[in-house]
Amino acid sequence: MSKRIDVSDLNAYYGDFLAVEGVDMVIEPRTVTALIGPSGCGKSTFLRTLNRMHEVIPGAYVTGKAVMDGQDLYGPGIDPVEVRRQVGMVFQRPNPFPTMSIEDNVLAGVKLNNRRMKKADADELVEGALTAANLWNEVKDRLDRPGSSLSGGQQQRLCIARAIAVQPQVLLMDEPCSALDPISTLAIEDLISELKNDYTIVIVTHNMQQAARVSDRTGFFNIAGTGRPGHLIEMDDTTTMFSTPTVKATEDYISGRFG
Amino acid sequence: MAPAPPSERPVVRTGRVPGRLGNRVFSGISTGAGILILVILAAVAAFLLIRAIPAFQASREDFADIDFMLGRDLWGFVGPLVFGTVISSTIALLVAVPLSIGIALFISHYAPRKLAQGLGYLIDLLAAIPSVIFGLWGIQWLQPLVSPLFSWLSENLGFIPLFTDYQAPARNIMTAGLVLAIMILPIITATIREVFLQTPRLHEEASLALGATRWEMIRQAVLPFGRSGIISASMLGMGRALGETMAVLMVLSPGYLINFFLLQPGQHQSIAANIASHFPEASGLGVDVLIASGFILFLLTFGVNLVARWIINRRAEFSGAN
Repeated sequence: MSKRIDVSDLNAYYGDFLAVEGVDMVIEPRTVTALIGPSGCGKSTFLRTLNRMHEVIPGAYVTGKAVMDGQDLYGPGIDPVEVRRQVGMVFQRPNPFPTMSIEDNVLAGVKLNNRRMKKADADELVEGALTAANLWNEVKDRLDRPGSSLSGGQQQRLCIARAIAVQPQVLLMDEPCSALDPISTLAIEDLISELKNDYTIVIVTHNMQQAARVSDRTGFFNIAGTGRPGHLIEMDDTTTMFSTPTVKATEDYISGRFG
Repeated sequence: MAPAPPSERPVVRTGRVPGRLGNRVFSGISTGAGILILVILAAVAAFLLIRAIPAFQASREDFADIDFMLGRDLWGFVGPLVFGTVISSTIALLVAVPLSIGIALFISHYAPRKLAQGLGYLIDLLAAIPSVIFGLWGIQWLQPLVSPLFSWLSENLGFIPLFTDYQAPARNIMTAGLVLAIMILPIITATIREVFLQTPRLHEEASLALGATRWEMIRQAVLPFGRSGIISASMLGMGRALGETMAVLMVLSPGYLINFFLLQPGQHQSIAANIASHFPEASGLGVDVLIASGFILFLLTFGVNLVARWIINRRAEFSGAN
């Protein structure tokens, strides 16, 4: 249940504006890949190209290749909807569906593929996904309550449960802890370390300690200036990146001299 | 460091402070406006009730002199009118709400931005057409157009009581309902469109990222979020349909019966159209009777709104408002 993604010469545009240019990257299965860099450097934009969510914005498009399991996600005849079923996503702000119960939130993606589901199967799936997201013990007595009744950290874990309930190959996380308090952040980080055993995870973060704590590999994005495209400057094992980066800009950023 | 000695003037100002007057004026004006609306509502209700009391107290013999009551008592007179009002509004809602949801969805989620804007203006323009124009349009244009449709319905689905025995011309409650539907379409569409446009992008993206198609995303994120808005919009439209006078008066051939023969003329009449048609020649107790029917229309509209509130509040927890 985890796949490798080979990205080559990928450009992301918003209309005429080139936001990310020429990214070549290998995302290894069953690892956590962290993307770091200053605000506006295109790391979130790049992340969203991996499940074709980038093109949801009017006028936005992508050129280049992102090959998962021998299939180019941007190849002809590839339906973005099918890509998104294989590459799940967790957003910056927790976004459970407010009109659904906790249980229905977990099942939201599953029900898209499989309308009719036996009650027993559904229950099993809900328990499995919520357990995997370390949320089961906190919500098992109130599965029929609205998802919005939970705390922010719980809501984010509910969103993770919703994403893994459809058993994707890859899980993308766009600053999943930036709206959470330190304790909830820790809970999510522990969860990421556990999920790594089953999923390929790509996480965008502003928090360098977080990148150092949870990731196996780290990619550093940067821009030359406002209005210029973002580039992947350097990518390596996290320990190498944080101890002996080869590029000066990476070292400056990691040591807090800019950004 | 030693504490500073207390200064001549205290740090926190006391007494008259600039800016306070504006505050008081503004809060006075807005509170006043809030109270005014209550006073107006109460005044209208009181007027209707006070003027209606003689009609409620009168006996059947007192009504004998009033021509348009056709020898009925008050409830025998108002009952069919209430029925006619409700059924024409119901037809209007059944036609207008699905259509409005479709148009609003098209504008908010399907149409290219330029087209959506133009369409939005067009819908708003539709709301500016006076109801007498809609009445004329109903008689001159819609009525001949639906006539063949009605006779087809009557021939092929006549075994359903709703559609039996269509009689031309199509001056029946169905045509009146259709005209009402067109009239309430703009307000419902405009309201629903606003609600749909407010669907948080976050929820739409959550749905898309799970692998939803556009239509699945709309069903998962947009429609549930807009549910209470759809109900409110429908009630706004229903309120307008219940009270609409001119178009019904012009299109419908009136009758004072309670039945479901939607395609026959001379069966139904609405309260508002009835007041308009009989008020000019009414006098004495006749006026009171008409005002009493107006009071009942007032209560009906009030009741519809209460029910709508109740429906919305019942699932407030799941509304996304928290």
